[in-house]
Amino acid sequence: MLKIKNISTYYGNIQALKDITIDVSEGEIITLIGANGAGKSTTLMSLCGIVPVKSGSIEFEGQEISKMNPDRIVSLGISQVPEGRRIFPQLSVRENLDMGAFLRNDKDEIKKDIEYVYDLFPRLAERRHQQGGTLSGGEQQMLAISRALMARPRLLLLDEPSLGLAPLIVQQIFDIIKKVNQENNTTVFLVEQNANMALKIAHRGYVLETGKISMTDDADKLLANEDVKKAYLGI
Amino acid sequence: MITIKDLKKAFLNALWFIFLTFPIMVMKVNTINDTLIWRWMNMLYIGVAAFVFTLLGKIYTVRKANRSEIVKPSLIQIVNSKMENKKVRYSSLAAVVAIVILYPFLMSMYQTSIMTTALMYVVLGLGLNIVVGFGGLLHLGYAAFYAVGAYTYGLLFYHFGLNFWLCLPIGAVFSALFGIILGFPILRLRGDYLAIVTLAFGEIVRLVLENWNEFSFGPSGIANIARPMIFGQKLKLAQVTNFTYFIAVGLTILTIIVIRRMESSKMGRAWEAMREDEIACQAMGIDITKAKLTAFSMGAVWAGIMGVLFAAKTTFINPASFTTWESIVILCVVVIGGMGSIPGVIAGALIFILTPEYLRAFSQYRMLIFGIALVVMMIFRPGGIIPKIRRSYQFAADKEETQEVEA
Repeated sequence: MLKIKNISTYYGNIQALKDITIDVSEGEIITLIGANGAGKSTTLMSLCGIVPVKSGSIEFEGQEISKMNPDRIVSLGISQVPEGRRIFPQLSVRENLDMGAFLRNDKDEIKKDIEYVYDLFPRLAERRHQQGGTLSGGEQQMLAISRALMARPRLLLLDEPSLGLAPLIVQQIFDIIKKVNQENNTTVFLVEQNANMALKIAHRGYVLETGKISMTDDADKLLANEDVKKAYLGI
Repeated sequence: MITIKDLKKAFLNALWFIFLTFPIMVMKVNTINDTLIWRWMNMLYIGVAAFVFTLLGKIYTVRKANRSEIVKPSLIQIVNSKMENKKVRYSSLAAVVAIVILYPFLMSMYQTSIMTTALMYVVLGLGLNIVVGFGGLLHLGYAAFYAVGAYTYGLLFYHFGLNFWLCLPIGAVFSALFGIILGFPILRLRGDYLAIVTLAFGEIVRLVLENWNEFSFGPSGIANIARPMIFGQKLKLAQVTNFTYFIAVGLTILTIIVIRRMESSKMGRAWEAMREDEIACQAMGIDITKAKLTAFSMGAVWAGIMGVLFAAKTTFINPASFTTWESIVILCVVVIGGMGSIPGVIAGALIFILTPEYLRAFSQYRMLIFGIALVVMMIFRPGGIIPKIRRSYQFAADKEETQEVEA
């Protein structure tokens, strides 16, 4: 579904990504783990066109997207949950969700999808008229995920959904990600620092080290891998 | 309620004010006799006034803090709830319409003329409100678009004799083009940088008009521009003043309708999202380039239209009418009125433009009063005179639930 081939990305003169190659098939949960500054978020931002790629190609369902504008990429069915949530603080929960469906025109389906995300996160339904900025961190993350789902993506990109959240909430959010993947066959590309949690729900994983993919395998094998354990799982 | 500490603070305040105002309030130079007059009584007045006002301010804040548990509905909420009643709404609407129609016939020509100016600022404020209030892009060179409109009419009339009505849309289109031209280089700028570049843009346009003699006749400007006509008929001065007033009223109503529609359109939502968070905006699939450029050009359109009207109203234009100060006045109208709030901007323009006209007697203190008014506004009503009420659109099924929540 998504084929990232040998991409390199630069910030000025500094090379952030070196020849990254990632394959994502439909219906999978893929996770990209790595330490701070390894280039996880850069990979994701290159993918959605916010940071331009210098070389290599990104194909989504056979279509080259590495030179496209971010808004075009969203319209192809890739939607992202940006790092640090980035909800619209002055818009209500409901309006935030409507913004997620910005490119869609099918009112009835949008309404159904709103009910769907309210079912996923009952907390949001309770707070639908509250301003986004007044929600707690966990609720904001739920809103950010719901907002991305409102675009009915075929590929959902998540950038550190566990950032700054309590373990219980993280568990809940990861359960939902898994549920969304199973129920709608939404492909998920998950960038995480919390390697343990991410590998538990993912099918396959990639390990990123200073801009290079150092390892890739099935998630359960990575979980059992001694090097990964030492470096990222703290065991 | 008032402690010794407060008294001490008020006393220190009084001393500070005496010190600040000493050179202008106490000392006076008699230039004829070359003598210095000391007005010691003024010092006393200022000291007492500062002392009393500080204490009053303190009492006010203490009271406000005690009262905060009982939330009293604000004046705007009261007015809004009264407006829910259809009878009240229609009768007040009828009253407003009657006043607007009868105004030029009951008032002198001078009054009509300044009301026309105020209405022009309403439109300018509403136009700038698209950029600043909806889009969240601080724009300090708005008068440049105003100039583009005015010179469009001035030059087209001078060279080709085109009439007012024809120039109105042409001015709008030219301004929109200028909005796009300005928009491109600043797509990536935000906040302070954006403000500086727009400020420079405003100055560039003014300086070009001032120095390019062959094109715009420099500082001497263009004179004898035709006033608006009906079916090619020239009107008497009194009639044309009234006519211009009604054109301004018409354009104001048009602006309000169009901007209201824009606000709730898809583009309006994109602007609002852009104001809140540009990266999230892109993640939603909004084309940020398009959103910014449309905000600039749609804002500029109204300035262009008003520029044409301005040229027709005064019959004379030169670059001195389009200084940075002009941009700042329009920005003040938006900020004081209430950013993003259409009724706020209307109120802001009327107050900001009409008050100085009626207070000609105090014209020397105008800047002082503006300054104080701005500071006081920012402290007590940071959202503007009529702050924006976020209209959240609801589906019918949703509405019932909300009422339950509120009850």
